[in-house]
Amino acid sequence: MKVEQISVFLENKSGRLADVTKVLAEAGINLRALSLADTADFGILRLIVNDIEKAKQVLKDNSFTVGRTEVVAVEVEDKPGGMAKILGVLDKGGINVEYMYAFVQKSGEHAIIIFRFDALDEAIDVLSNAGIRILKGEEVLSL
Amino acid sequence: MIFEKDLETLPREKLEALQSERLVSLVERVHDRVPYYKEQMKAAGVKPSDIKSVKDLHKLPFTTKEDLRKNYPFGLFTVPLDQVVRVHASSGTTGKPTVVGYTKNDIDTWATLMARSLAAGGAGPGDMIHNSYGYGLFTGGLGAHYGAEKLGATVIPMSGGQSKRQLMVMQDFGSTVLLCTPSYALNLAEIMEESGIDPKSLKLKVGIFGAEPWSEPMRTEIERRMDLDALNIYGLSEVMGPGVSMECLEGKRGLHVFEDHFIAEIIDPATGEPLPPGETGELVFTTITKEAFPIIRYRTKDITRLMTEPCACGRTFYRMDRVSGRTDDMLIIRGVNLFPSQIEHVLMSVDEVEPHYQLIVERQGSLDTIEVQVEVSEKVFSDEVKVLEGLSKRIQKDMKDLLGITATVKLVEPKTIQRSEGKAQRVIDKRKL
Repeated sequence: MKVEQISVFLENKSGRLADVTKVLAEAGINLRALSLADTADFGILRLIVNDIEKAKQVLKDNSFTVGRTEVVAVEVEDKPGGMAKILGVLDKGGINVEYMYAFVQKSGEHAIIIFRFDALDEAIDVLSNAGIRILKGEEVLSL
Repeated sequence: MIFEKDLETLPREKLEALQSERLVSLVERVHDRVPYYKEQMKAAGVKPSDIKSVKDLHKLPFTTKEDLRKNYPFGLFTVPLDQVVRVHASSGTTGKPTVVGYTKNDIDTWATLMARSLAAGGAGPGDMIHNSYGYGLFTGGLGAHYGAEKLGATVIPMSGGQSKRQLMVMQDFGSTVLLCTPSYALNLAEIMEESGIDPKSLKLKVGIFGAEPWSEPMRTEIERRMDLDALNIYGLSEVMGPGVSMECLEGKRGLHVFEDHFIAEIIDPATGEPLPPGETGELVFTTITKEAFPIIRYRTKDITRLMTEPCACGRTFYRMDRVSGRTDDMLIIRGVNLFPSQIEHVLMSVDEVEPHYQLIVERQGSLDTIEVQVEVSEKVFSDEVKVLEGLSKRIQKDMKDLLGITATVKLVEPKTIQRSEGKAQRVIDKRKL
């Protein structure tokens, strides 16, 4: 039910994002989803990749600071109101969202939303009880 | 262990009598042999006969780095050059280096004091002394080297740099005592971690670190990461070299000044007035046994205080507290006096912040700005922006609360701050003053 995500610290200077993606490309790592949070001074790149161990290793070898967190991937219908429904469920269940990002699948029937919660297990319960489909780790990696 | 027990535990009154006797003879000697000292004393209105004991020391004029430069290279030597068996020189980052000389006896005294220092750190015959202080004009390498041999230990003359090779030698030769700058020790610790070397697999038991100011939290950090006791040693070429004062393993608090050879004073750097024991000010040294290059009331520019309380180790020599900064390192940021070591103290008290930092001082319009760059390690990193911003804010607040300065904090990627192989450069002052 949980998906592992890696995060990378980036100084806000030109070329750093390109450096990360180059390191990963050279190691043959495939990116499944990503989001970048940025402030005036620094950015945090969050990635879901097909080989987390290898990705972490090559980034560390290249002197990047790398973190690892668990997130939840939720399937949502790709139509108006799909997102609102899920957020309504979370709100009712008193679950706080730290951050989230979304991507649309090839088929176009569903979108996938990656959620980062502090109360991870509680959030999973609330979503499952409301009948929302949570993707397994393997499913996300094989998308 | 105490290397020269009789001398190092001399009762204070006997010690002071010995200092007085040596001081009187020194003053006569430099007055007779060095024209510059004679002129300086004349200008200050002091005759050698005015100096009868240590209590008269304050009547003598100070000697500064500038005086040494004026007499470059050999003008302050008190013996002919054919009696000088070695010279050393300071790095001379600004202008000409300062040159110092040693007779055969001076080299022997120095070796003895360095042997005392190593013994105070628990070293003795049978120890493998890994000497990573630089060999050359800098006094660190050779000073420590001769001391280790005098002690009867085995010395590995590594010098600085080539960190991977240093670690290989440590592993293969079984180094037990490490001598280097504290910033280089951290550099080595980092490379050990990267190479997967468990510090517990090494035989290192003690590290004797000096040649740059460091802090108590940095000691804890080095001890944790290298699994050894980290001790502080002090010295400067103008006074002798390493081994002017040294912390003992028993006390691990303050450095015993080898007072049978050096008289330490603390003065107010602004007025030059001597300060009472315990007060913080500029450290001043008079060497009372050196032959080739004795020095009178040398202003070290190092900021510290003298501790007169008895020590657990039994030595009667007063201790100097760790050097908290230098009068010329002192930054004045919007009128607030600030030493890089104070910032280090604040940073290291924030959990798990890396000891690698740099201060960038700039002037925007008429306002000074200070930026503290801190490396983001895995321990402090988070995937959430608010956590990292919280870290910056916390450092900022601590700086404000504890030091009264408003600094901006910039989180930088690991390894972007230059690593030291000798003395770390902590401050980049871009102000054109």
